[in-house]
Amino acid sequence: MSQEVATRDAYGDALAKLGEVRQDLVVLDGDLSGSTKTGVFGKKFPDRFFDLGIAEQNIMCAAAGFAMSGKLPFVSTFAVFAPGRCFDQIRLQVAYNNLNVKIVTTHAGITTGEDGASAQALEDVAAVRAVANMTVIVPADGPETEAAVFAAAEHQGPVYMRLGRAKVPVIYKDGCDFKIGRASLLRDGKHAAIIACGVMVAEALEAADKLSSRGIEARVLDMATVKPVDAEAVARAAEETGAIVTAEEHNILGGLGSAVAEVVGETKPVPIQRVGIRDVFGRSGSPRELMERYGLTSKDIAAAVEKVIGRKSQLMRR
Amino acid sequence: MKSETSDRPQVVPKLQQTARRLRRDIVEMIYAAGSGHPGGALSAIDFLTALYFYRMRYDPKNPKWPERDRFLLSKGHACAALYAVLAEAGFFPREELKRFRKIDSFLQGHVDYNEVPGAEMTGGSLGMGLSVGLGMALAARLDAASWRVYVMLGDGECDEGQVWEAAMAAAHHRLDNLTAIVDRNGLQQTRPTEDTIRLEPLEEKWKAFGWDTMTIDGHDMIQILDTLDLALQQKGKPVVIISRTVKGKGVSFMEGAADFHGRAPTKDELGQALAELSCPP
Repeated sequence: MSQEVATRDAYGDALAKLGEVRQDLVVLDGDLSGSTKTGVFGKKFPDRFFDLGIAEQNIMCAAAGFAMSGKLPFVSTFAVFAPGRCFDQIRLQVAYNNLNVKIVTTHAGITTGEDGASAQALEDVAAVRAVANMTVIVPADGPETEAAVFAAAEHQGPVYMRLGRAKVPVIYKDGCDFKIGRASLLRDGKHAAIIACGVMVAEALEAADKLSSRGIEARVLDMATVKPVDAEAVARAAEETGAIVTAEEHNILGGLGSAVAEVVGETKPVPIQRVGIRDVFGRSGSPRELMERYGLTSKDIAAAVEKVIGRKSQLMRR
Repeated sequence: MKSETSDRPQVVPKLQQTARRLRRDIVEMIYAAGSGHPGGALSAIDFLTALYFYRMRYDPKNPKWPERDRFLLSKGHACAALYAVLAEAGFFPREELKRFRKIDSFLQGHVDYNEVPGAEMTGGSLGMGLSVGLGMALAARLDAASWRVYVMLGDGECDEGQVWEAAMAAAHHRLDNLTAIVDRNGLQQTRPTEDTIRLEPLEEKWKAFGWDTMTIDGHDMIQILDTLDLALQQKGKPVVIISRTVKGKGVSFMEGAADFHGRAPTKDELGQALAELSCPP
């Protein structure tokens, strides 16, 4: 029986653990601590927890003020609201100042589900990726989330991390040796490489299994750090497999797919296919239905792999 | 710095002289740069002079001294005033003022938190300073520290909703270590504030948001000092000082002129300004 843990639950627990070893840790939230799970920290360390209400611009700048005063602030809300409602505040007070603020949002992507499009952040990674000084992390499961929280706390500088709402399979069953900027090779293969982040990592592994039974060996890379992307791992994947598929729970414009394509295009051009939301908004539905409707399943990844392999052979025939 | 009001006869003229000198610095640096925001710097300089040379604790040799008071220039475009004050206070050589807005100067068009010794926030996007100050004030309380936070906002800046988010939060958290100053010069970039979005009754608005409020003539040094003293005594509520000023104060042709919100004086205008601001030998 495979284990499932919501990354936001892992986040809440990680914050509570971090709070024990980091006395300078403060946590800010915008009336969503029951959902973002910052409330777990809030219950344990009420003096260091600040729910500043439904006012994201204020909260983001207050976090900057905390960081300027020697604290380690983690600030949380839903991924549609940060950067959505406070982009300028993140840009100028957090990123431009290069402050030690860690923005961790939950309910990212289409799997937010029934609340509908207004709650489904499909642009947040793209928006933050374009801001200088920001590190962007999209963990794949519970253990990776906890490791990323601790890594983010160690890291000097602003970090954006996006987590989901739903429970997801545990991939790192024996713990996660996470390093910012370093991709994890989950499965080797020489016919194509699937570079995925977040919930799509589990889908990528499932796709690789399906493909293997058809004689296609796909490499699977967990690219949890979207910025700075592990360019070396991408280039190596392009060099050694000659065909790349990216997979993300995000618009194919501007997120992981774009980050990978940038590296591939500039270092080792090979056929590449992006799996993700194809520049549309979502809608209400169950998480699983939405992933199927919007092309985010292992089936879609496998089809994309076959596509790029087809393009690869066309190139070789020329 | 504690002060008896009996000190006022000595302290006030010195502060007025300093403010006059800094007004010269403001128009000169903006002229040399060829661009900048003189109006809002000239309206704010009296209060800024009082803050830095009467009230605030800081160490120009140690700009990050943990116990220092913090001043946040939320109306970031008025930075010529802050630069003049910081130079006068010894945070960096006055020579640097001549390089305002030049490509390799650390005195950029808006304050850079990391580059300017003595700067406590990055300016240039209105509405953010009170929120940053809120975070600082909460951190100070968490650490049981005695340093205070002063935030200067523009009146046009009070159009920004974020200002009121911060105001609500500060009152809710009873932050009496946070003082806001609204530089009420009555003008925004294009026209008077009251013709764009009516702010009056401004004092009542801040009161309704839970702040203790005082309104003064922002060019009367005695009133400024008195309110700064009174602000220290307020417990359980943050304090806002609505400082009624004249945009461009001190230079006759700039006073009340929306035009000088964001343009540099010409050579002739500079000459006239300096003549009006001439200091006694």
